[in-house]
Amino acid sequence: KNHHRGRSSGINAEYGGTGAESLYTKNEFESGEDKLILAISSDRGLCGGVHSGLGKAIKAAHAEKPITKTIIVGDKAKAILQRTMGDTFLATFNNVGKKPASFTDAINVAEEVLSHEADTVDIVYNKFINVVSYDSTTKPIPGVASIEANDAIYNYDEVDSEVLKCYQEFTLANIVYHSIREQECSEQSARMNAMENATRNAGEMIDKLTLAYNRTRQAVITRELIEIISGANALE
Amino acid sequence: MAFRTIAVRTAALCRRAMATEAGSTFPLTFSSPTSALFNEAAVKQVDIPSTTGHFGILPNHVPTIAILLPGVVSITTEAGDIQKFFVSSGTATIHADSTVQILAEEICDVADIDGNAARAALEASKSKLASASSEADKAAAQIEVDVYEGMVAVA
Repeated sequence: KNHHRGRSSGINAEYGGTGAESLYTKNEFESGEDKLILAISSDRGLCGGVHSGLGKAIKAAHAEKPITKTIIVGDKAKAILQRTMGDTFLATFNNVGKKPASFTDAINVAEEVLSHEADTVDIVYNKFINVVSYDSTTKPIPGVASIEANDAIYNYDEVDSEVLKCYQEFTLANIVYHSIREQECSEQSARMNAMENATRNAGEMIDKLTLAYNRTRQAVITRELIEIISGANALE
Repeated sequence: MAFRTIAVRTAALCRRAMATEAGSTFPLTFSSPTSALFNEAAVKQVDIPSTTGHFGILPNHVPTIAILLPGVVSITTEAGDIQKFFVSSGTATIHADSTVQILAEEICDVADIDGNAARAALEASKSKLASASSEADKAAAQIEVDVYEGMVAVA
Protein backbone atom coordinates (compact mmCIF):
# COMPACT_ATOMS: atom_id res chain seq x y z
CA LYS A 1 0.00 0.00 0.00
CA ASN A 2 2.84 2.34 0.89
CA HIS A 3 4.41 1.60 -2.45
CA HIS A 4 1.36 2.66 -4.41
CA ARG A 5 0.84 5.81 -2.39
CA GLY A 6 4.44 6.76 -2.96
CA ARG A 7 4.07 6.11 -6.66
CA SER A 8 0.98 8.26 -7.24
CA SER A 9 2.46 11.34 -5.57
CA GLY A 10 5.65 10.28 -7.24
CA ILE A 11 3.87 10.68 -10.55
CA ASN A 12 3.04 14.30 -9.72
CA ALA A 13 6.67 14.81 -8.87
CA GLU A 14 7.56 13.15 -12.16
CA TYR A 15 5.52 15.61 -14.21
CA GLY A 16 7.00 18.49 -12.29
CA GLY A 17 10.42 16.96 -12.53
CA THR A 18 10.40 16.34 -16.26
CA GLY A 19 8.80 19.74 -16.77
CA ALA A 20 11.39 21.40 -14.57
CA GLU A 21 14.26 19.78 -16.45
CA SER A 22 12.93 20.86 -19.82
CA LEU A 23 15.20 23.89 -20.07
CA TYR A 24 18.26 21.69 -19.56
CA THR A 25 17.14 18.78 -21.74
CA LYS A 26 15.99 20.88 -24.68
CA ASN A 27 19.16 22.96 -24.78
CA GLU A 28 22.84 22.13 -24.76
CA PHE A 29 24.42 23.77 -21.77
CA GLU A 30 28.01 22.62 -21.33
CA SER A 31 28.74 21.24 -17.89
CA GLY A 32 31.43 23.22 -16.13
CA GLU A 33 34.47 21.57 -14.59
CA ASP A 34 33.69 22.49 -11.00
CA LYS A 35 31.12 19.89 -9.95
CA LEU A 36 29.08 19.48 -6.82
CA ILE A 37 27.63 16.01 -6.24
CA LEU A 38 24.24 15.75 -4.55
CA ALA A 39 23.71 12.13 -3.43
CA ILE A 40 20.14 11.12 -2.68
CA SER A 41 19.61 8.15 -0.35
CA SER A 42 17.86 7.67 2.99
CA ASP A 43 18.45 6.54 6.56
CA ARG A 44 16.69 3.20 6.22
CA GLY A 45 18.14 -0.07 4.98
CA LEU A 46 16.73 -3.50 4.15
CA CYS A 47 16.25 -2.33 0.57
CA GLY A 48 18.57 -4.59 -1.39
CA GLY A 49 21.36 -2.91 -3.36
CA VAL A 50 19.81 0.54 -3.52
CA HIS A 51 22.29 2.41 -1.33
CA SER A 52 25.36 0.36 -2.20
CA GLY A 53 24.63 0.78 -5.93
CA LEU A 54 24.55 4.53 -5.47
CA GLY A 55 27.76 4.45 -3.46
CA LYS A 56 29.45 2.39 -6.17
CA ALA A 57 28.40 4.85 -8.90
CA ILE A 58 29.74 7.82 -6.94
CA LYS A 59 33.01 6.09 -6.04
CA ALA A 60 33.50 5.16 -9.69
CA ALA A 61 32.98 8.78 -10.76
CA HIS A 62 35.39 9.89 -8.02
CA ALA A 63 38.03 7.43 -9.24
CA GLU A 64 37.65 8.67 -12.80
CA LYS A 65 37.86 12.35 -11.86
CA PRO A 66 38.26 13.41 -8.21
CA ILE A 67 35.16 14.98 -6.69
CA THR A 68 35.76 17.87 -4.34
CA LYS A 69 32.27 18.80 -3.19
CA THR A 70 29.47 16.53 -2.05
CA ILE A 71 26.17 17.04 -0.28
CA ILE A 72 24.58 13.90 1.10
CA VAL A 73 20.92 13.26 1.78
CA GLY A 74 20.46 10.22 4.04
CA ASP A 75 22.67 8.44 6.55
CA LYS A 76 23.15 5.34 4.40
CA ALA A 77 25.06 7.14 1.63
CA LYS A 78 26.96 9.08 4.28
CA ALA A 79 28.14 5.84 5.89
CA ILE A 80 29.11 4.30 2.56
CA LEU A 81 31.10 7.31 1.33
CA GLN A 82 32.52 8.46 4.67
CA ARG A 83 35.82 6.63 4.48
CA THR A 84 36.91 7.45 0.93
CA MET A 85 35.19 10.81 0.43
CA GLY A 86 34.48 12.12 3.91
CA ASP A 87 36.66 15.18 3.39
CA THR A 88 34.51 16.31 0.44
CA PHE A 89 31.28 16.52 2.49
CA LEU A 90 29.89 20.07 2.52
CA ALA A 91 26.62 19.14 4.24
CA THR A 92 24.61 16.06 5.14
CA PHE A 93 20.89 15.64 5.71
CA ASN A 94 19.33 12.94 7.86
CA ASN A 95 15.89 12.01 9.23
CA VAL A 96 15.20 10.99 5.66
CA GLY A 97 12.99 8.09 4.69
CA LYS A 98 10.61 7.61 7.61
CA LYS A 99 7.89 9.42 5.71
CA PRO A 100 7.69 10.69 2.11
CA ALA A 101 9.63 13.90 1.55
CA SER A 102 7.71 17.15 1.30
CA PHE A 103 8.46 20.01 -1.06
CA THR A 104 9.79 21.94 1.92
CA ASP A 105 12.45 19.25 2.42
CA ALA A 106 13.45 19.66 -1.22
CA ILE A 107 13.63 23.43 -0.76
CA ASN A 108 15.98 23.01 2.20
CA VAL A 109 18.27 20.75 0.20
CA ALA A 110 18.18 23.08 -2.83
CA GLU A 111 19.00 26.09 -0.67
CA GLU A 112 22.01 24.28 0.77
CA VAL A 113 23.17 23.30 -2.71
CA LEU A 114 22.85 26.85 -4.04
CA SER A 115 24.78 28.28 -1.09
CA HIS A 116 27.94 26.68 -2.52
CA GLU A 117 29.82 27.78 -5.63
CA ALA A 118 29.80 25.26 -8.44
CA ASP A 119 29.59 25.19 -12.24
CA THR A 120 27.35 22.14 -12.26
CA VAL A 121 25.36 20.14 -9.75
CA ASP A 122 25.25 16.39 -10.45
CA ILE A 123 22.24 14.84 -8.74
CA VAL A 124 22.87 11.10 -8.17
CA TYR A 125 19.85 9.01 -7.24
CA ASN A 126 18.10 5.73 -8.10
CA LYS A 127 15.73 6.13 -11.00
CA PHE A 128 12.59 4.01 -10.67
CA ILE A 129 12.18 1.87 -13.80
CA ASN A 130 9.54 -0.62 -12.66
CA VAL A 131 8.63 -2.70 -9.63
CA VAL A 132 11.55 -5.07 -10.13
CA SER A 133 14.22 -2.69 -11.39
CA TYR A 134 15.84 0.65 -10.65
CA ASP A 135 19.13 2.15 -11.75
CA SER A 136 21.54 4.66 -10.28
CA THR A 137 21.39 7.76 -12.46
CA THR A 138 23.26 11.04 -12.60
CA LYS A 139 21.39 14.18 -13.57
CA PRO A 140 23.62 17.19 -14.33
CA ILE A 141 22.14 20.60 -13.62
CA PRO A 142 24.20 23.54 -14.92
CA GLY A 143 24.59 26.51 -12.62
CA VAL A 144 23.49 30.07 -13.45
CA ALA A 145 27.01 31.09 -14.48
CA SER A 146 27.26 28.12 -16.89
CA ILE A 147 23.89 28.95 -18.39
CA GLU A 148 24.69 32.65 -18.84
CA ALA A 149 27.92 31.70 -20.60
CA ASN A 150 26.02 29.70 -23.21
CA ASP A 151 24.40 31.27 -26.27
CA ALA A 152 21.45 28.88 -26.13
CA ILE A 153 19.84 30.79 -23.26
CA TYR A 154 19.57 34.01 -25.25
CA ASN A 155 17.03 32.41 -27.57
CA TYR A 156 14.70 32.87 -24.63
CA ASP A 157 13.00 36.19 -24.10
CA GLU A 158 13.06 38.10 -20.84
CA VAL A 159 16.31 36.56 -19.64
CA ASP A 160 18.35 38.54 -17.14
CA SER A 161 20.42 37.57 -14.12
CA GLU A 162 17.63 38.21 -11.63
CA VAL A 163 15.09 36.13 -13.56
CA LEU A 164 17.60 33.35 -14.12
CA LYS A 165 18.50 33.20 -10.44
CA CYS A 166 14.84 32.98 -9.33
CA TYR A 167 14.14 30.46 -12.07
CA GLN A 168 17.14 28.34 -11.11
CA GLU A 169 16.20 28.28 -7.41
CA PHE A 170 12.65 27.11 -7.97
CA THR A 171 13.59 24.72 -10.77
CA LEU A 172 16.34 23.12 -8.71
CA ALA A 173 13.93 22.62 -5.81
CA ASN A 174 11.51 20.88 -8.19
CA ILE A 175 14.20 18.66 -9.68
CA VAL A 176 15.52 17.75 -6.23
CA TYR A 177 11.97 16.94 -5.08
CA HIS A 178 11.49 14.76 -8.16
CA SER A 179 14.77 12.94 -7.53
CA ILE A 180 13.96 12.31 -3.87
CA ARG A 181 10.52 10.89 -4.73
CA GLU A 182 12.01 8.62 -7.42
CA GLN A 183 14.59 7.45 -4.90
CA GLU A 184 11.77 6.70 -2.41
CA CYS A 185 9.93 4.64 -5.05
CA SER A 186 13.09 2.72 -5.94
CA GLU A 187 13.76 2.01 -2.28
CA GLN A 188 10.22 0.93 -1.59
CA SER A 189 10.12 -1.51 -4.50
CA ALA A 190 13.59 -2.86 -3.63
CA ARG A 191 12.38 -3.33 -0.05
CA MET A 192 9.28 -5.16 -1.29
CA ASN A 193 11.41 -7.47 -3.43
CA ALA A 194 13.89 -8.08 -0.61
CA MET A 195 11.06 -8.92 1.79
CA GLU A 196 9.43 -11.18 -0.77
CA ASN A 197 12.69 -13.06 -1.33
CA ALA A 198 13.28 -13.33 2.40
CA THR A 199 9.75 -14.65 2.92
CA ARG A 200 10.18 -17.20 0.16
CA ASN A 201 13.54 -18.34 1.51
CA ALA A 202 12.08 -18.65 4.99
CA GLY A 203 9.20 -20.68 3.56
CA GLU A 204 11.60 -23.05 1.79
CA MET A 205 13.59 -23.42 4.98
CA ILE A 206 10.45 -24.24 6.92
CA ASP A 207 9.52 -26.94 4.36
CA LYS A 208 13.00 -28.49 4.46
CA LEU A 209 13.12 -28.47 8.25
CA THR A 210 9.61 -29.90 8.52
CA LEU A 211 10.64 -32.84 6.34
CA ALA A 212 13.81 -33.38 8.37
CA TYR A 213 11.76 -33.20 11.58
CA ASN A 214 9.26 -35.77 10.37
CA ARG A 215 12.00 -38.10 9.15
CA THR A 216 13.78 -37.88 12.49
CA ARG A 217 10.55 -38.38 14.42
CA GLN A 218 9.69 -41.46 12.35
CA ALA A 219 13.23 -42.81 12.73
CA VAL A 220 12.99 -42.50 16.51
CA ILE A 221 9.64 -44.28 16.56
CA THR A 222 10.99 -47.02 14.32
CA ARG A 223 14.04 -47.49 16.58
CA GLU A 224 11.86 -47.71 19.69
CA LEU A 225 9.61 -50.25 17.95
CA ILE A 226 12.63 -52.34 17.00
CA GLU A 227 13.94 -52.23 20.58
CA ILE A 228 10.53 -53.23 21.98
CA ILE A 229 10.04 -56.06 19.48
CA SER A 230 13.58 -57.39 19.95
CA GLY A 231 13.11 -57.19 23.68
CA ALA A 232 9.78 -59.05 23.42
CA ASN A 233 11.38 -61.71 21.19
CA ALA A 234 14.23 -62.15 23.63
CA LEU A 235 11.76 -62.90 26.46
CA GLU A 236 10.06 -65.74 24.58
CA MET B 1 -4.05 41.41 -21.21
CA ALA B 2 -1.10 42.04 -23.45
CA PHE B 3 -0.22 39.50 -26.12
CA ARG B 4 3.48 39.24 -26.82
CA THR B 5 4.36 39.77 -30.46
CA ILE B 6 7.10 37.59 -31.84
CA ALA B 7 10.44 39.36 -31.29
CA VAL B 8 12.32 40.19 -34.48
CA ARG B 9 15.53 38.22 -34.12
CA THR B 10 17.12 36.73 -37.25
CA ALA B 11 18.09 33.43 -35.69
CA ALA B 12 14.71 33.06 -34.06
CA LEU B 13 13.00 33.93 -37.35
CA CYS B 14 14.89 31.20 -39.22
CA ARG B 15 14.01 28.71 -36.50
CA ARG B 16 10.41 29.82 -36.70
CA ALA B 17 10.38 29.20 -40.46
CA MET B 18 11.75 25.70 -39.95
CA ALA B 19 9.37 24.96 -37.08
CA THR B 20 6.24 22.89 -37.52
CA GLU B 21 3.22 24.55 -39.11
CA ALA B 22 1.27 26.81 -36.79
CA GLY B 23 -1.16 24.36 -35.19
CA SER B 24 -4.02 25.68 -33.16
CA THR B 25 -2.84 24.03 -29.94
CA PHE B 26 0.38 23.50 -28.05
CA PRO B 27 1.37 21.01 -25.31
CA LEU B 28 1.06 22.39 -21.81
CA THR B 29 2.45 20.91 -18.62
CA PHE B 30 0.92 22.68 -15.61
CA SER B 31 1.73 21.20 -12.22
CA SER B 32 2.79 21.80 -8.65
CA PRO B 33 4.80 19.48 -6.40
CA THR B 34 1.55 17.99 -5.16
CA SER B 35 -0.71 18.00 -8.20
CA ALA B 36 -0.32 17.55 -11.94
CA LEU B 37 -3.23 19.21 -13.69
CA PHE B 38 -2.03 19.17 -17.29
CA ASN B 39 0.64 16.84 -18.62
CA GLU B 40 1.66 17.81 -22.16
CA ALA B 41 -2.03 18.39 -22.81
CA ALA B 42 -3.03 20.20 -25.96
CA VAL B 43 -4.43 23.63 -25.15
CA LYS B 44 -5.22 26.71 -27.21
CA GLN B 45 -4.07 29.51 -24.92
CA VAL B 46 -2.64 30.13 -21.47
CA ASP B 47 -2.55 33.48 -19.69
CA ILE B 48 -0.04 33.83 -16.88
CA PRO B 49 0.77 36.49 -14.26
CA SER B 50 4.50 37.09 -14.42
CA THR B 51 6.99 39.57 -13.01
CA THR B 52 7.29 41.10 -16.47
CA GLY B 53 3.56 41.50 -16.87
CA HIS B 54 0.40 39.52 -17.40
CA PHE B 55 0.63 37.89 -20.83
CA GLY B 56 -1.03 35.29 -22.98
CA ILE B 57 0.69 32.35 -24.65
CA LEU B 58 -0.43 31.05 -28.04
CA PRO B 59 1.19 28.40 -30.26
CA ASN B 60 4.62 29.47 -31.55
CA HIS B 61 5.14 32.04 -28.83
CA VAL B 62 8.70 33.34 -28.67
CA PRO B 63 10.79 31.20 -26.27
CA THR B 64 10.56 32.76 -22.82
CA ILE B 65 11.49 32.21 -19.21
CA ALA B 66 9.20 33.86 -16.69
CA ILE B 67 8.74 34.00 -12.94
CA LEU B 68 5.14 33.81 -11.77
CA LEU B 69 3.53 36.28 -9.39
CA PRO B 70 0.55 35.39 -7.17
CA GLY B 71 -2.35 35.50 -9.58
CA VAL B 72 -4.58 33.62 -11.94
CA VAL B 73 -3.44 31.23 -14.65
CA SER B 74 -6.17 31.04 -17.26
CA ILE B 75 -6.17 28.03 -19.60
CA THR B 76 -8.26 27.76 -22.76
CA THR B 77 -8.54 24.05 -23.47
CA GLU B 78 -8.72 22.41 -26.88
CA ALA B 79 -12.47 22.14 -26.41
CA GLY B 80 -12.67 25.87 -25.92
CA ASP B 81 -13.65 26.15 -22.26
CA ILE B 82 -11.60 28.34 -19.93
CA GLN B 83 -10.22 27.02 -16.65
CA LYS B 84 -8.86 29.39 -14.05
CA PHE B 85 -6.40 28.51 -11.31
CA PHE B 86 -4.80 30.64 -8.64
CA VAL B 87 -1.05 30.16 -8.26
CA SER B 88 1.12 31.40 -5.42
CA SER B 89 4.40 31.55 -7.33
CA GLY B 90 6.50 29.49 -9.68
CA THR B 91 8.09 29.50 -13.11
CA ALA B 92 6.95 29.35 -16.71
CA THR B 93 9.07 28.14 -19.62
CA ILE B 94 8.17 28.44 -23.28
CA HIS B 95 10.42 26.54 -25.66
CA ALA B 96 11.18 26.98 -29.34
CA ASP B 97 9.22 23.81 -30.09
CA SER B 98 6.12 25.44 -28.59
CA THR B 99 5.99 23.24 -25.47
CA VAL B 100 5.12 25.13 -22.32
CA GLN B 101 5.89 24.13 -18.74
CA ILE B 102 4.25 26.04 -15.92
CA LEU B 103 5.48 24.88 -12.54
CA ALA B 104 3.70 26.48 -9.62
CA GLU B 105 4.45 26.16 -5.95
CA GLU B 106 0.78 25.99 -4.95
CA ILE B 107 -2.24 25.75 -7.22
CA CYS B 108 -5.89 25.98 -6.35
CA ASP B 109 -9.03 26.25 -8.39
CA VAL B 110 -10.34 29.82 -8.32
CA ALA B 111 -13.74 28.47 -7.38
CA ASP B 112 -12.29 26.96 -4.21
CA ILE B 113 -11.16 30.29 -2.77
CA ASP B 114 -13.14 31.36 0.28
CA GLY B 115 -13.32 35.15 -0.02
CA ASN B 116 -13.93 35.74 3.68
CA ALA B 117 -11.06 33.51 4.76
CA ALA B 118 -8.77 35.23 2.24
CA ARG B 119 -9.75 38.71 3.47
CA ALA B 120 -9.21 37.69 7.09
CA ALA B 121 -5.83 36.19 6.22
CA LEU B 122 -4.89 39.36 4.32
CA GLU B 123 -5.60 41.52 7.39
CA ALA B 124 -3.57 39.18 9.58
CA SER B 125 -0.63 39.19 7.18
CA LYS B 126 -0.71 43.01 6.91
CA SER B 127 -0.38 43.35 10.67
CA LYS B 128 2.39 40.76 10.59
CA LEU B 129 4.20 42.88 8.00
CA ALA B 130 3.78 45.99 10.15
CA SER B 131 5.23 44.28 13.21
CA ALA B 132 8.03 42.40 11.41
CA SER B 133 11.53 43.35 12.47
CA SER B 134 14.22 41.39 10.60
CA GLU B 135 14.70 41.53 6.83
CA ALA B 136 13.78 37.86 6.50
CA ASP B 137 10.55 38.30 8.50
CA LYS B 138 9.61 41.39 6.49
CA ALA B 139 10.19 39.54 3.21
CA ALA B 140 8.18 36.53 4.36
CA ALA B 141 5.32 38.75 5.55
CA GLN B 142 5.37 40.70 2.28
CA ILE B 143 5.04 37.43 0.35
CA GLU B 144 2.01 36.53 2.46
CA VAL B 145 0.43 39.93 1.81
CA ASP B 146 1.04 39.58 -1.95
CA VAL B 147 -0.49 36.12 -2.12
CA TYR B 148 -3.58 37.01 -0.08
CA GLU B 149 -4.08 40.23 -2.05
CA GLY B 150 -4.04 38.12 -5.19
CA MET B 151 -6.57 35.71 -3.73
CA VAL B 152 -8.90 38.45 -2.53
CA ALA B 153 -8.79 39.98 -6.01
CA VAL B 154 -10.22 36.83 -7.59
CA ALA B 155 -12.44 35.52 -4.80
